[in-house]
Amino acid sequence: MTRVAVVRFPGSNCDFDTLRAAERYGAEAYFVWHRDVDLRGADVVILPGGFSYGDYLRSGAIARFSPVMQAVKQHAAGGGPLLGICNGFQILCEAHLLPGALMRNAGLTFVSKPVDVTVERTDTVFTADYETDSRLRLPVAHGEGRFVAAPDTLRMLESEGRVVLRYVAATERSPFQPNPNGSANHIAGICNAEGNIVGIMPHPERAADRLLGLTGGSGFFTSLMAWHQAPKMGVQSR
Amino acid sequence: MTFRVHLRVMPRDGLLDPQGQAVEHALTALGFEEAGAVRVGRAIELAVAASSRGEAEAKARQMCDKLLANPVTEDYLLEVEED
Repeated sequence: MTRVAVVRFPGSNCDFDTLRAAERYGAEAYFVWHRDVDLRGADVVILPGGFSYGDYLRSGAIARFSPVMQAVKQHAAGGGPLLGICNGFQILCEAHLLPGALMRNAGLTFVSKPVDVTVERTDTVFTADYETDSRLRLPVAHGEGRFVAAPDTLRMLESEGRVVLRYVAATERSPFQPNPNGSANHIAGICNAEGNIVGIMPHPERAADRLLGLTGGSGFFTSLMAWHQAPKMGVQSR
Repeated sequence: MTFRVHLRVMPRDGLLDPQGQAVEHALTALGFEEAGAVRVGRAIELAVAASSRGEAEAKARQMCDKLLANPVTEDYLLEVEED
């Protein structure tokens, strides 16, 4: 069984959606409380969306110091797959597990709507089931999703192919606006150099069930299942 | 001794500050045509127990670097005064 730990912080609110999505695709998913120091043999760790610690000070700034984060860092340092979704992405940036930061949306408002993204990086544990440059429609729901990074960091992310998801410029067929938050280079998700830590603003767990209207996010969960069933693939980096 | 630390955490120059822009638009709408270059940050005050002003400032800088300011997006100014 693929064991997926979903970390709950005070204020996490996508924890159940994430757990159910992982279960739907065959994982043995369970919650780990932020005070826990043991991930209980997790193969994959997911930091779900929400408003950990009320987003006080800055989104993710306080969750970073939760006791569980030591174990999460160790898991990732050993090459373990780690996915941060929305607030989870913010926590990964605050914890310096991913570069950059997520700031207040350029339009100031909380944005909750479907957006179109392309999957640019398909050799991560979470995106291996997608075709490169395939286009997905996924929901976003955030007030602070504007990805910013120093110019040399942005250049590094681009040159190393570390942009995992990118908001797509609107096409004639798309009713949705590109880049809902003013992110640099339309970045919606990135990974670390090794490719085992991925942070994304869109919510694949909200788009992994036909009942919810969108299914484009299911690939994140089928990818991690496929990875674990074929561990010899390991974590690849470019 | 206890020192009072006044922190001013501001969005880094050159980064888009949509809050500042919105406030500037509101000021203009109110007729304050002379207002410009508005930026919005946050002020934090805290008491720091230390044996000297220098130690209090050093401690406060550590707090800023570790938690109170994000080095990617924010700059901070701090003032230390005896309580």
